[in-house]
Amino acid sequence: MNGNRSSSRLLLNKVSHGYGELPVLHNLDFAIHPGEFVVLVGPSGCGKTTLLNLLSGHIQPTSGTIEREGIIRTVYQYDGLFPWLTVSENISMGLRSVTNTALREKELQELFELIHLDGFKHHYPHELSGGMRQRAELARVLAGESDILLMDEPFSALDYQTRLRMRNELIRLLEQRPRTVVFVTHDIEEAAQLANRVLVLSNRPATICRELYIDSPRPRHLTDDSVINAMKAILKELGLHSM
Amino acid sequence: MPETIKKPTTIPINKGTKASRFILPFVVLLGVLLVWFLISYFHLFPAYALPSPADVARSFKEEIISGRLLNDIIASLWRVAIGFTASVILGIPLGLWLGQHAAARNAFVPMLNFFRFLSPLAWIPFAILWFHIGDKPAVFLIFMATFFPLVLATMSAVATIPKIYFRVAKDYDYKGIELLTKVTFPAVMPQIITALRVSYGIAWVVIVAAEMVGCQDGLGYGIWEARNGLRLDAAVCYMIVIGVLGMGIDRLLSQLTKLSNVRWGYER
Repeated sequence: MNGNRSSSRLLLNKVSHGYGELPVLHNLDFAIHPGEFVVLVGPSGCGKTTLLNLLSGHIQPTSGTIEREGIIRTVYQYDGLFPWLTVSENISMGLRSVTNTALREKELQELFELIHLDGFKHHYPHELSGGMRQRAELARVLAGESDILLMDEPFSALDYQTRLRMRNELIRLLEQRPRTVVFVTHDIEEAAQLANRVLVLSNRPATICRELYIDSPRPRHLTDDSVINAMKAILKELGLHSM
Repeated sequence: MPETIKKPTTIPINKGTKASRFILPFVVLLGVLLVWFLISYFHLFPAYALPSPADVARSFKEEIISGRLLNDIIASLWRVAIGFTASVILGIPLGLWLGQHAAARNAFVPMLNFFRFLSPLAWIPFAILWFHIGDKPAVFLIFMATFFPLVLATMSAVATIPKIYFRVAKDYDYKGIELLTKVTFPAVMPQIITALRVSYGIAWVVIVAAEMVGCQDGLGYGIWEARNGLRLDAAVCYMIVIGVLGMGIDRLLSQLTKLSNVRWGYER
């Protein structure tokens, strides 16, 4: 299974959510299609992570419905790896459904080669750099039969240069193992470099105020016209175009 | 694109050279012995109130030759081992369960706290009445002294596990007993090891008092008997054994912190 399968999809029907008296998301109506890379951007505190938690099923919407098809896995900002397991054991979690030991070992080896962490199989997460940890998390979500990846600001805790490298790394990994991706970020540059489609959320209670398609092929350089134009459009939508 | 391994984010504590870590405590020990020797040599305290190092050494010899000391050590270690093991077997699972169930936590924590603040020595009359003499009352007192702190420490460790671990566990379909053994328990292991060391310390302190009543042997009984015979040299001899054994066993327990799958709890 992978993100190109027509069975993997997410569909939101008139979804609203709030915490007590505080409305956070209002009447969201959209679908994520197989193989798409959708980036959610919006002002700080607008409910991006809440939306991701709704998509993953960790919380239920106050009203509306969410339809999910396919195996969903999440990449977190940090601390997503279990610190008591080695990198190899963490990635093996993604292969729990593979019962054949030889097949599991082969797959594990392939994943290690894919993320260039071959020499760190028996290291623990706290012994790795932030970038290495996120690469291990990517390997874990790509392992086995996942269909949809939810990514909650996965690179925001990294330094700028590592972040740039990780964007290319993610594109490379998805070329090898295509998946449907919903990526939350506050980084407009990241959105413009990675997305097929950007959903710009408004202030709370958030609605989708702009849907932007970026058709140019990836990887995209920061100075590509498509990236710059997308950034301008997003900035304008967020009311930051004069900055 | 290989990256370098992350450097430790915490500032390492300067532990000094290996030699200084062994030599300096030895120097301090010699200093204490010297002060003790001088106090007794110049009779700053009467001999019956503070035995000299030589008296204590003689007493050591006597206790070892007679076999009493070894017998008392074995008796005390046995009682602590049984009481403490019972605490661990019952306390840790209960702490894990309470940590995961907020309603049960709300119901039981006030009562657990109440018993935690009761000195284990308050149970002495009940221990004797219920278990008479022998190992049982001492084991019971060790259990009462260590069970409540262990439950509460495990419970609060579970209650503070970052939610993200349970989310990840849900993503990868960990449920029931597997969730408990592969996520919850390893997530609290570093804190449980610390709780074990602290509660073992309590057990070792309590054994002395526990054996002063209801026992016919043991290190605590040895001190009690020495006091009855006005043999403070023998009492000091037993005190030294208690201190050294306590340190030794704590050192053994501290080896648990060196397990590779719990190091994260001490290095992050």
